Amino acid sequence: MDDAPTLYAGPVTELAATRAAGAAADRADGRPAAIELRGVVKRFGPITAVDGLDLDVPEGICLGLLGPNGAGKSTTMRMLTGQAIPDDGLIRVLGRTLPKESKEARAEMGVVPQLDNLDIDVTVEENLAVFARLYRVKDVKAAVERCLAIARLEDRRRDAVDKLSGGMRRRLLLARGLVHRPRLLLLDEPTVGLDPQVRTEMWSLIDGLREEGATILMSTHYIEEAERLADEVALMANGRVIARGKPAELVREHAGERTAEVYGPPPRLEEVRARAEGAGLRVRPAGPAVAIVGSERAPDGAVPEGAIVRAANLEDVFVLLTGEEAD
Amino acid sequence: MRRIEPAAVAGVMSREVANFRTFWKATTFSSTLEPIVYLLAFGLGLGATIVDDIDGLRYVEFVGTGMVATAVIFSSAMPAMFGTFVKERFQRTYDAILAAPVDPEELVTAEMLWIAIRASVFGTFPLLVTIAFGLDPKPAMLLVPFFCLITALGFAAFGIAVAASVAKIDHFNYVTTLVITPLFLVAGTFFPIDRLPEGFQWAAQLNPLHHLVELVRGTAFGFEAVDLVRVAVLLAFSVALWRVAVRRMERRLID
Repeated sequence: MDDAPTLYAGPVTELAATRAAGAAADRADGRPAAIELRGVVKRFGPITAVDGLDLDVPEGICLGLLGPNGAGKSTTMRMLTGQAIPDDGLIRVLGRTLPKESKEARAEMGVVPQLDNLDIDVTVEENLAVFARLYRVKDVKAAVERCLAIARLEDRRRDAVDKLSGGMRRRLLLARGLVHRPRLLLLDEPTVGLDPQVRTEMWSLIDGLREEGATILMSTHYIEEAERLADEVALMANGRVIARGKPAELVREHAGERTAEVYGPPPRLEEVRARAEGAGLRVRPAGPAVAIVGSERAPDGAVPEGAIVRAANLEDVFVLLTGEEAD
Repeated sequence: MRRIEPAAVAGVMSREVANFRTFWKATTFSSTLEPIVYLLAFGLGLGATIVDDIDGLRYVEFVGTGMVATAVIFSSAMPAMFGTFVKERFQRTYDAILAAPVDPEELVTAEMLWIAIRASVFGTFPLLVTIAFGLDPKPAMLLVPFFCLITALGFAAFGIAVAASVAKIDHFNYVTTLVITPLFLVAGTFFPIDRLPEGFQWAAQLNPLHHLVELVRGTAFGFEAVDLVRVAVLLAFSVALWRVAVRRMERRLID
């Protein structure tokens, strides 16, 4: 088993069949929660980073934790690994109550950090072997081979990490998080700062994990990443979840079917905004344009001629609900 | 106190070993050459020109045996301070380790052990060099790595605690100037403590390095009954600093 280049082989692999069949209308129904947060509060001095957070991540789904910088995503991730202690509320991970049973929970979860913290002078295989030992893996050699296959770095195994490209290092970080076949994987901004090609590579790897039934909590502030990879998205702002659902449902609920983008000089955009808002429509900034969300409901004249009409997307929801421009 | 799992400690130490393999030559080179330079400068230079002997010992033997303590503090406190700070602040190594089933206490224990093992090896180099300069080898000298180990554990813990307490790496300058340099100068390495003013003699009894110097000289020139107390003092020093280091690192690493 260990020498197969399987991305993930945790105890919920059977869920892959459900996914492939597309039969899981609501994946959260009836499944035990891998992660439960109830009324979690975390303060840093006068700043409340997480403010009464309630969040469930059922086993076998990939939940995208989407939110602008400062929304509380990274603090939430740190609380899940026991590196931050909540001031209030309840956290349970894989049936363990944190922080008391944090160590037991960590033994069964894999973490892929936002920042590359590989040992750069050490070889690729030694980096993996060290973490196999930290996770008490019995057959370290087999685990290293499996992870080398996941990261597609078999032929670079004896190279020091600082000889690898950025994409290779990211793949190695992801593989390191899988060295002990975790039941739960935490991905903290897994593609932040990567160029598009490397990001696409990472998406393929993460998508492979999803297909195999891994339970994943992935924080991101990239809309496209959440849209592509997450079964469900929880939108965070000011330390709370402000919306949650499947991406398509969130779009339908908060942004309707179509969005009309209007380009032009600022005075004209102001005029368009005023007219659309006067007609009861929601308008958001979209770089050099304004976007009239739910334009299918617009009365005559509210959407000017020449507007570019497209399908509503998660970015519309993100900006409408958080008031922040999307990346 | 929670249970410390040997597997967690071994895992963290395996990371240190993997890294050490990439830079051992440079570290060993400086650890070997430094005592030779000091012995040439102080032992032979000063010994041949100003000080002939101290209490019947050739000055080169007096300094050479004392240099063991210098090697121990510089190969334990300094790497602990800088290494810990860099791994915590710049490399984010500890974030990765603590995401695994490893607690700060296990992390600190492993780091201390590894640094102390290294320092106990490097600590013997000055003794070997002094033997090359004519010191008569004795079976009791086999205890020197043990004395170095228990002292280095304390100074490694001291370095870790300092690293977990300062805001900037530049703040280590204060610690080096105000703590480490006085400790190493008033340890009895270069001149006997009993010729200092009485206040300094009392202060020296609080200096773990002084006890190490006396123990190493004991292995070369004969032990005294008080040396058992010195071992106890070093053990107490290391245990106390270990708890301080664990507490400081928990505060630094866990929000």
